[in-house]
Amino acid sequence: MSNITDRGLILACSAIGAGLAMIPGIGPGVGQGIAAGLGANAVGRNPGAKGDIMSTMLLGQAVAETTGLYGFATAIILMFANPLIGKL
Amino acid sequence: MGLGNMIHVLPYLANSEEELDLGVNGLKSFQLFGQTLWITTTHVSVLIVMIVIVIFALIARRAVLKGSPDKVPGPFLTIVEMAVEAVDNLTVSNMGEKYGGRFSNYIGTLFLYLVFANLSGLMGLRPPTADYGCPLGLALITFVIIHYNGFKHEKAMHVGKLFQPVLLTPINIIGEVATPMSMSLRLFGNIMSGTIMMGLLYGLLPFVLQIFMFPVFGFLHAYFDVFSGLIQTYVFCMLTMVFTAQCFGDEKA
Repeated sequence: MSNITDRGLILACSAIGAGLAMIPGIGPGVGQGIAAGLGANAVGRNPGAKGDIMSTMLLGQAVAETTGLYGFATAIILMFANPLIGKL
Repeated sequence: MGLGNMIHVLPYLANSEEELDLGVNGLKSFQLFGQTLWITTTHVSVLIVMIVIVIFALIARRAVLKGSPDKVPGPFLTIVEMAVEAVDNLTVSNMGEKYGGRFSNYIGTLFLYLVFANLSGLMGLRPPTADYGCPLGLALITFVIIHYNGFKHEKAMHVGKLFQPVLLTPINIIGEVATPMSMSLRLFGNIMSGTIMMGLLYGLLPFVLQIFMFPVFGFLHAYFDVFSGLIQTYVFCMLTMVFTAQCFGDEKA
């Protein structure tokens, strides 16, 4: 165990952290699925309003995606622009 | 280390040890006010996208000038007219009859730029929107437009809105600042994730196998570049219109 360098430890923990940071991906997946299901429901009830329903649904899904993208940005920073290595 | 540094750190990391070509590569460095700045692949992609758009605009202008009410318009002119009409209808239906029309210039420009920028991944370029600097710039332009129109239409009440109710003031302020952040991160995240996925996949297989796997790559390009890129273009323009239209208040007809 003694031959683990500081840098190696930080890189390994950052990789694990990047993986954990993608857990927020669950939430938007569920939310977008619910929105898409309700959109399909709405089109079934009122096929004439398909365009409006589509645009509202896509907008809502895009906004619901935000939390997942914050997690993604964290993961990207840990992978490609790691701020922790500079603190050695 | 702030986000500003992240943009400038990416080229070093990508150059030094990454074998996969995922980050922004620095091509040429120069000194400005004592800081080392890089001309990156993003700048090259932005320039190419701009040149393509300018050429497209010049051809469209020629077609519009040559067309006359007596003649049947050609296919290219018809497509251009349909696109312009679609943008006009989109802005008017989302922002109201009264003010909607005057925003169609900005929304149209944004739409055209984002479509070409997001689809440039298909042409082998690194999409400019996969660099955080580009979406952040676009989102800041939108931020300025939102608040310019807010002060124009609501006067002092635009600031007063932040203190209603008084207890929620900090949350309201954070919400206002988060708007450009979330808009830019949404665009950046979607395009960047597509770029990373495709980069990983291309790095996984040797070139000979890539040729035989072209249906898989074609499908993934269609999803990550075309579908995701067009959806995010639409969403970015839509959010710009929705946030700006909120500031019109009761005047919106």
